[in-house]
Amino acid sequence: MTTLTLIFALPLLAAVLLAFIPRNFAVVMRLVALVTTFITMLLAVKMFWNFDCAAADNDGYKFVATIPWLGSHALGIVCRLGVDGLNVGLVLMGAIVAFAAACCSAEIKSREKEFYILLLVMTGGILGAFASLDLFFFYFFHELALVPTFIMIGVWGRGEKRNFAAFQITLYLSIGALLTLVGLIDLYLQVPAEIRTFDIPSLTRFFVEHPMALASQSFIFPLLLFGFGVLVSLWPFHSWAPLGYGSAPTATAMLHAGVLKKFGLYGLLRVVIPFMPQSAQHWMPILAWLSLGNILYVGWVAMKQKNLNLLIGNSSVAHMGMIFLGIATLNLVGVTGAVVIMIAHGFLAALTFGLSGYIHSQTGTLEMSELGGLAKKMRFVGVAFVMAAMAGCGLPGFLNFVGEATVFFGAWARPGLRLVTVLAVWGALIVGAVYMLRAVRATLHGPLPEKWGRLPDAVLWRKLPYAVLLASLFLFGFAPKLLTDKIKPVTQQIVDMANAQEIATQAATVPSPVTGVSTNGTKPAPGGVKESGK
Amino acid sequence: MSLEISVVALGLIVLLADLWLPAERKRMLGYSAAAALLLLFLNTFTSHCSCSLAEGPDNMTSAGMFIQDGLAVFFKRFFLLAAVLVLVMAVEFSDRIGAGVSEYYSLIVFALAGMLFAASANDFVMLFAAIELITITFYVLTSFQRGRVRSLEAGVKYLILGALSSAFMVYGIALIWGTTGKFNFQELAQVAGKFAANRVFLFGVVFFLVGLGFKIAAFPFQMWTPDVYEGAPTPTTAFLAVGSKATGFVLLLRFLFTAIPDVAMHWNKLLIIVSGITILYGNLCALPQRNLKRILGYSSIAHAGYVLLGVAALTTAGESAVLYYLAGYLFTVLAAFAVIALVMRHLNSEDLAGLAGLNQRSPLLAATLTLAMVSLAGIPPLAGFFGKFLLLKAVIEQGPANHGYYCLAFTALAGVIISLYYYFGVIRAIYWSKETPDLSPIEISKPMKMAVCFCMAGMFYLGLFPGALINYAAQVVKSLK
Repeated sequence: MTTLTLIFALPLLAAVLLAFIPRNFAVVMRLVALVTTFITMLLAVKMFWNFDCAAADNDGYKFVATIPWLGSHALGIVCRLGVDGLNVGLVLMGAIVAFAAACCSAEIKSREKEFYILLLVMTGGILGAFASLDLFFFYFFHELALVPTFIMIGVWGRGEKRNFAAFQITLYLSIGALLTLVGLIDLYLQVPAEIRTFDIPSLTRFFVEHPMALASQSFIFPLLLFGFGVLVSLWPFHSWAPLGYGSAPTATAMLHAGVLKKFGLYGLLRVVIPFMPQSAQHWMPILAWLSLGNILYVGWVAMKQKNLNLLIGNSSVAHMGMIFLGIATLNLVGVTGAVVIMIAHGFLAALTFGLSGYIHSQTGTLEMSELGGLAKKMRFVGVAFVMAAMAGCGLPGFLNFVGEATVFFGAWARPGLRLVTVLAVWGALIVGAVYMLRAVRATLHGPLPEKWGRLPDAVLWRKLPYAVLLASLFLFGFAPKLLTDKIKPVTQQIVDMANAQEIATQAATVPSPVTGVSTNGTKPAPGGVKESGK
Repeated sequence: MSLEISVVALGLIVLLADLWLPAERKRMLGYSAAAALLLLFLNTFTSHCSCSLAEGPDNMTSAGMFIQDGLAVFFKRFFLLAAVLVLVMAVEFSDRIGAGVSEYYSLIVFALAGMLFAASANDFVMLFAAIELITITFYVLTSFQRGRVRSLEAGVKYLILGALSSAFMVYGIALIWGTTGKFNFQELAQVAGKFAANRVFLFGVVFFLVGLGFKIAAFPFQMWTPDVYEGAPTPTTAFLAVGSKATGFVLLLRFLFTAIPDVAMHWNKLLIIVSGITILYGNLCALPQRNLKRILGYSSIAHAGYVLLGVAALTTAGESAVLYYLAGYLFTVLAAFAVIALVMRHLNSEDLAGLAGLNQRSPLLAATLTLAMVSLAGIPPLAGFFGKFLLLKAVIEQGPANHGYYCLAFTALAGVIISLYYYFGVIRAIYWSKETPDLSPIEISKPMKMAVCFCMAGMFYLGLFPGALINYAAQVVKSLK
């Protein structure tokens, strides 16, 4: 058992353990969940700390471990875990947010057993998805984490619309996930039958040596782009997100918005762009314009919200636009910035949803017209919320600033994206600031309605999750080198793979990949009809 | 052949034992029959049966009518396991059957014998005899609750439509024999290519497929399914859903890929269309249903469509995916029906509202039904997900050759999305329905508990550790061709 195996297996094992504890022991359930996620977090911190001096395998992955009894070797499905600079930060962020989410689950007062089982399954699933070096398990663990989301929203959700929200998010995300599944299967079938595998490093090597045929690329790429896009709430497929988060229990919203949503972005970076460079070149400008939809349109929608959670949900969608823009630059600076925002937004989304969950648990409402002046009574929560809002606007000192600034530098460096960049900067700085500061004013400042006169501030241990998340934002915000030094070598590789062929094709003056449909006849054989099953 | 003989003998023994056993011991009779079948099932892993996985003419007896190849052994194990679980369920259900409980057990065993013969059928005569043995016992099994009008109605519907489909099948066999002069599948395979353009022969093939389409409840021969599923006693429904459907598939595989492989290769369009429509029909019609057995009836149509994906792919990958999917389907569906048999005991109909508060009445059953629905919907980490993954993979693999397969794959995905709505509706009825009229705990007998836990374990095992069965299925389908 390596550290990484433990990180992902502990929550799942704890979930199995909980299934055998009688339901009367609600305190035990909570305790088990807290202790498990805490240990997971410590392990993730330890792994992150030791990352630089750990031994890497030939593909640059560290802490590689195989779980031999999962999967099917005949199909090339092997449960292999490993981290490199790209996902080590995500695993760390996921583990920290999972602990914070477990801390924030005190509001759950019914069916604690089921809730904590689902929470732990979700945690294990997310961490497994990020740590997996196998495309099949990458998808498998994500689905494993996704299903608890639906159930948690349906059972413990809030608001009258929670049933609608549960079904909407289920159907929407299932469509995204299934599109992705088809894309991934098709990707797998591009490899000749004898050496078929879901192993990401092997596939990467294969596609470097044998570029995928353009016809296949132009089919698989949109499938995966929009499949992942739906999962990440890419405009215009984002409408599930605000309502879903608004109706979800606090811990679910924290984990989903913070961590699980990054799955699609991670997939884009790890698989889609490096494997299909020509299509990436073709689609990235389009993605950049779509990202404006996230930043400007959803930002504008967020300004109009009257409910704090819907506002935060919309702002989280808007932040995704920044990451998409970073990915669309396809240059080192931009993509690295995108990865940094992925991590920063994980902390930030968890923090804001956690705080709004606390406010909801005390006041029973999140309608901004009914709130106001809360900072007078909840000093800690108020301060933390202001900081979160500032981080959301991209104030220097927080990790978000590092990521957003880098993304904008990267995007400006690409001449085709200058207009998009200008609009995005406006959206990010002005629109973001307007709705965040408005939310702060409406909830925390101003006169305190009489009915909230007796609200208690968070007690010491309930401050803990917010403190941990804020500390992470500050720590990496002041020392972004801790992250970027790890991320850069990997993003360099990704960017090289994405651009190498573009340069090569331009040099050879082959018809541009945008229009060339199937000039490339050397497609890896889809396998003989009969041999395919072996 | 000794397996089939033992099963038939067991059926006779159960019938005879009824004469001497006092009424209060009849419960034991069902358990004994289940135990005997379990022994036979375990025996297939030890004795001659597994040795006979080796191919060769010496495995064929009775002038090649009966073949004991890997495929046959796989399905025999499948049917035996299904019958064991169905018998346990039948014992639980026996208080609702009234008179003739022992006959009910023995008929299940006889239906099983028919399925075993069908798995080994290598000849139209053998095949038809086996099919008739299954179908006729099911006419009786379906209408066994004589006091219930619904059960009788289901029996009559099944009788009329079943007889019609048998007529189609026998007509088809006659046409095939009339043109080719062959009954044996291997002999037919050698000449079938010559008749690929012969209209009469093709009519025969189509008529034969109509008969099989009825068995597997594929569109447009699915009309009987919801009514019969709803009306029949729950163990019968379960056996219909698992055993009878799998019989249809083993015969379909054997007919298409050993009897007329050259002709079947050109029929992918037909299979694609039938599969796609079956998936959509089953899933769309299940949406407005409120009766749990009807939902499962329509979902079984949809699943027939999913399994047809693997057949339509016309590859070994598709065939082994079919086997894998059916194995997962066995555990899933039997688990669902076991819960229905237990929970809906005192209710007249199996309305979804009857599930209210199930998680307080019996957490085990609530968890089982939830897992069964999740597995049917095809969500990891359960058997249904891996089965669907294999089927989709097989279909997409054929995509570059024929773009119809891509359309089929997307149709299947649309079906999965639609199905999420009603499967989650069932889960919602269990966990968060508002009224909880009845909160009395549900008593479960030990064997039933074991059966339910076994099904759950099966769902998890096939979802998490698919390696062993994938290898086995891949090895089995080599015997086709």
